[in-house]
Amino acid sequence: MTKTPHLLKNSLKYRAEAGAAGGDVSLRLAEVPSEAARVENGPAGRKPRKVLSRRNIIVYGTLIVVCLYYLLPLYVMIVTSLKGMPEIRIGNIFSPPLEVTFQPWVKAWAEACTGLNCDGLSRGFFNSVRILIPSVILSIVIASVNGYALANWRFKGADTFFTILIVGAFIPYQVMLYPLVIMLREIGLYGSLTGLVIVHTIFGMPILTLLFRNYFASVPQELFKAARVDGAGFWRIYFRIMVPMSLPIFVVAMILQVTGIWNDFLFGVVYTKPDLYPMTVQLNNIVNSTQGVKEYNVNMAATILTGLVPLTVYFISGKLFVRGIAAGAVKG
Amino acid sequence: MEASISIKNLSLSFGALDVLKDLNLDVGRGEFLVLLGSSGCGKSTLLNCIAGLLDVSGGQIFIGGRNVTWEEPSKRGIGMVFQSYALYPQMTVAGNLSFGLKNARVPKPEIEERVARAAKILQIEPLLKRKPAALSGGQRQRAAIGRALVRDADVFLFDEPLSNLDAKLRADLRVEIKQLHQKLSNTMIYVTHDQIEAMTLADRIAIMRGGRILQLASPKEIYNRPASKYVAEFIGSPTMNFFEGEIISGDGLRFVSGGHAFPLEDYAFLDSTFQPAPAWFGIRPEHMVAGDPADTAPVRLQGRVELVEPLGSDTLARVKVDGHLLWVRLDGQASVFPGDDIQVGFDPARANLFDKTTEDRL
Repeated sequence: MTKTPHLLKNSLKYRAEAGAAGGDVSLRLAEVPSEAARVENGPAGRKPRKVLSRRNIIVYGTLIVVCLYYLLPLYVMIVTSLKGMPEIRIGNIFSPPLEVTFQPWVKAWAEACTGLNCDGLSRGFFNSVRILIPSVILSIVIASVNGYALANWRFKGADTFFTILIVGAFIPYQVMLYPLVIMLREIGLYGSLTGLVIVHTIFGMPILTLLFRNYFASVPQELFKAARVDGAGFWRIYFRIMVPMSLPIFVVAMILQVTGIWNDFLFGVVYTKPDLYPMTVQLNNIVNSTQGVKEYNVNMAATILTGLVPLTVYFISGKLFVRGIAAGAVKG
Repeated sequence: MEASISIKNLSLSFGALDVLKDLNLDVGRGEFLVLLGSSGCGKSTLLNCIAGLLDVSGGQIFIGGRNVTWEEPSKRGIGMVFQSYALYPQMTVAGNLSFGLKNARVPKPEIEERVARAAKILQIEPLLKRKPAALSGGQRQRAAIGRALVRDADVFLFDEPLSNLDAKLRADLRVEIKQLHQKLSNTMIYVTHDQIEAMTLADRIAIMRGGRILQLASPKEIYNRPASKYVAEFIGSPTMNFFEGEIISGDGLRFVSGGHAFPLEDYAFLDSTFQPAPAWFGIRPEHMVAGDPADTAPVRLQGRVELVEPLGSDTLARVKVDGHLLWVRLDGQASVFPGDDIQVGFDPARANLFDKTTEDRL
């Protein structure tokens, strides 16, 4: 309502101009009783959109089909893991459990047998944790300092160094597998968790360094210059300026490393020995060693248990992950 | 004047590219020097060299009589203000101001005292607890100036500090920077591509192009007696009007272009023994008159108005004279319209003559 006087004034002005121009004043006055009635017949305001347009059907239809495609296996796994063996033998893999039982989960965690031992996935889980935590921390710490040095302290040969590092990302793992076995054996770390941690740290280096370098390079150079004028050195700029600004990219790196290392099978089986096998290897051994019947429900439960860690990480930090990936410019 | 900053034969090259070439410059104590030039002329590079953010390829830099060529930026006794403010986003304004002092291990009471003083000078006391993201552009730049201020530096370096602000704020902060300089009387070096900032702030302006200083003089001198055609074109808006022609002798020296001849008896040549040669004749829009006042001008031309730009305070008219397009600055109330036939005039004594080939002032 407060705007009405202003609008009235405008329309009066319009009338005055119309009069000055010598037009038919009375007619124009009749046409313009108020601002609202000025709208003519025909398209006006927001363009209407059909809910069931061809475009919407195609887009949403595709999305629903793709969702089903990905979710159906998960559904089957969960349902099967909650059934008892007799129910599974009926063969209805899509039907929900008639009698819900958590016995398969307990067995998968604590009692399932591999060819070597019978303490389920729990052993593998704790091995994986002991591999995961030091590998993730170590690789992120080293790679972030690498990326920071490459982005901000342009030392001689920085580009060459960076190129070599990136090329490293494209060499197939298989090529390095055996040489690494020999190298680890020579320094006495072959078959130990420490050895595996070192291997994971090294293999995470190219992609993580690239990630951090590009992120730090997108931080305005003037910020770095200002810190240098303020007398901050290499480490002080890193800890006080760069790291606090870079939480999203640290989260991205953490997710990449957690999922990558947790899901790793190849290095786990090659560089450790049976009682140090990570969870993935343990899972494989449980699923593939059959005594008598194949316990589908236990296998399903074990598989879900193994996938639970990366899944949790995604759910907790998904938002930060997207923000970190999308982060290009940093507003100062 | 005692030199606060001396730059001796400074050169900088990136590979084969020479950004600064054998550059010499002395800045007096308490002087406000503006480095002016279009982008890529090396003005920001020079400032970064003075700050120590770029390693020089040759030559020396003295600040306060001390050779700082190899010194770290923080050891040079400078404070620097950047175009993008470059405030540390995760620290409060107070944190931003005190960061440098903490690095220098200044005792805590002194830090607090210096921050309070700087905040008072810049009137940012209510903002000290805020993060930069919660500040407006003008407040951010004030905080950035504060960060230079707390360092108690002898020399302030400004790298296009106002370029990210809108026009109104830019004018306000320009005045504040000038007042700050009058209050503190530190040496200040200020990089800009904005000629208004340069003219209003500077004690002396250094106009740069291609890594060299073309002219180093007071704003008045640069405006009235530009050393080359480039400088003449760069300073002044709208730009100086030029005629291409020849200076001939006989009946006194005259500049001849097309069918026109401008007498040059009153023009102050740099070299009084001047010999006739091809030349450029330049006259500023504001040194031209139109209409009745033109009747008494020594040179009168007939033209037709092509375009009018009313600015309120002035009116700019583009007048076509024998194929030349001339800008003329008229009174704000002048009523001229495109298509009008108009008489324009000027006094050749206020003109600028440049050699045709070297484009240096004659």
